[in-house]
Amino acid sequence: MSIAACLPASAGVGFKPEHGAAILAAAQPIGFFEVHAENYMGAGGPPHAQLTALRERYALSVHGVGLSIGSTGPLHRAHLTRLRQLCDRYAPASFSEHLAWSSHDGVYFNDLLPLPYTEATLARVADHVDQVQTALGRRMLLENPSTYLDFTESTIAEVDFLAEISRRTGCGLLLDINNVFVSATNHGTSALDYLDRFPLDRVFEIHLGGHDADTDDVGEPVLIDSHRVAVADEVWALYRQVIARTGALPTLIEWDNDVPDWPTLRAEAGAAQRILSGAAPESAA
Amino acid sequence: MPVTYEASFAKALFGAEPALPPGIDAHSAAAPARRFAIYRNNVMASLAAALARRYPVIERLVGGEFFGAMARQFVIKHPPRSPLLAQYGEAFADFITGFKPARELPYLADVARLEAARTRAYHAEDAVPLGADSFAALDAEALGDIRLLLHPSAAILRSPFPVVTIWAMNSGELEPQPIETGHGEDALVVRPHLDVEIRALPPGGATFLQSLADGLPLRDAIAAALADHTGFDLTGNLAGLIGSGVARAILSPAAAVAEKSDMAIP
Repeated sequence: MSIAACLPASAGVGFKPEHGAAILAAAQPIGFFEVHAENYMGAGGPPHAQLTALRERYALSVHGVGLSIGSTGPLHRAHLTRLRQLCDRYAPASFSEHLAWSSHDGVYFNDLLPLPYTEATLARVADHVDQVQTALGRRMLLENPSTYLDFTESTIAEVDFLAEISRRTGCGLLLDINNVFVSATNHGTSALDYLDRFPLDRVFEIHLGGHDADTDDVGEPVLIDSHRVAVADEVWALYRQVIARTGALPTLIEWDNDVPDWPTLRAEAGAAQRILSGAAPESAA
Repeated sequence: MPVTYEASFAKALFGAEPALPPGIDAHSAAAPARRFAIYRNNVMASLAAALARRYPVIERLVGGEFFGAMARQFVIKHPPRSPLLAQYGEAFADFITGFKPARELPYLADVARLEAARTRAYHAEDAVPLGADSFAALDAEALGDIRLLLHPSAAILRSPFPVVTIWAMNSGELEPQPIETGHGEDALVVRPHLDVEIRALPPGGATFLQSLADGLPLRDAIAAALADHTGFDLTGNLAGLIGSGVARAILSPAAAVAEKSDMAIP
């Protein structure tokens, strides 16, 4: 299994088509770009033209949002084939997906939905990750989710669940620090404890995104993983702590909704890059 | 087999409120149903937004609130069956036809068909269109016998409403102004290069192009267009055929193909 390709340990940005012209007009201080796989599964047209131009200049991360790895049902074979074709065409340095489900009984919900963490779901997710890695002929990264509720049948902590998936399948992990903060707040737990227990030696990419803050009926905070605002100060603080322990890691700024202009997004990546540049060059975790 | 957490969760996402699948817990004393509602809202909002991305002119014509309500009903009746949301909503035009609150806008469904064709063209297979030189090089005597392969992005839409004008005035292509809705327009949608082009076809033009798309030789396509509309203007339609980039290759006769195939088929 090929693990030769690797994202640079610098700041990257989630690519938005509206930034295409600005990005391609000049060299950007951006280590890599990440795209959602499902946006590039048409036969042709401007999406492929843009991605081809981008790929000629930058390292690429392909991030799937529709494979439904956490599903109780089998993986969608046609979708796996499409992912394989996309990876073959663009030879990305990384492919990642989520610990979540998004399809059930043939219906696609377009959201990253939660699953209970049990021995049964662990075995199934590990099996699905194996299938993905076999189909793509490469190691994948699995991302920790943001969640709003728990399942009473859960018996395994999320960090242990992810660590065991990685151990069984050899997959890497994508650590979304905003998701850690959002989930910890929503569940009344500690993001620091979560990160202390997280298998950082298995992390090959970090995501930083923005969330919306709200309160529920009894005044408890609820954070929504909206990706439509800048990264929160608390998330930057957690990120500094992680990077101090791991050394520089490929770090993506995610801003998918209410997308700002390119200079704003580039500046957000610049903030991550300054933290990375102050860190040890090699992973020391 | 027992109902899984996933099946009950999925059912409750589109079910009637208040909805809470079994086995759900939340840290907060606030009802877990409120937390579950976040997923319900996310799912519905993201799918309605996907429809709005594909049908921006429909949203503009009916307004955001009306569109949102119509989209939610569509999503529940026709949820996506694939993660490729660029293709989601193929049934939207037919749904609009049967959507009673939209009956005052009888042209709405055809505008939706035009928008659907537009995104299909946007994502269609790339192909180099035939240039004017390919036609110029043809032997005039063989012209009536040629059969054409149309561009993979091409679509022809016929409507009893002025759909192209309505679309253009609500997509920023034309300045909005009062229009007569009493006449129909036929549309050609094609993306010869990177930009999708939508144009109204002259009388008989839709029959002419559709006949070519169906594999008829040029001579028969012209006859069909004339039968459809006596005012069919051959010169103008041939100029449109060549200038629009709707032709991808000359399929026959063999002599014409042999001469031009290296240029016609990339």
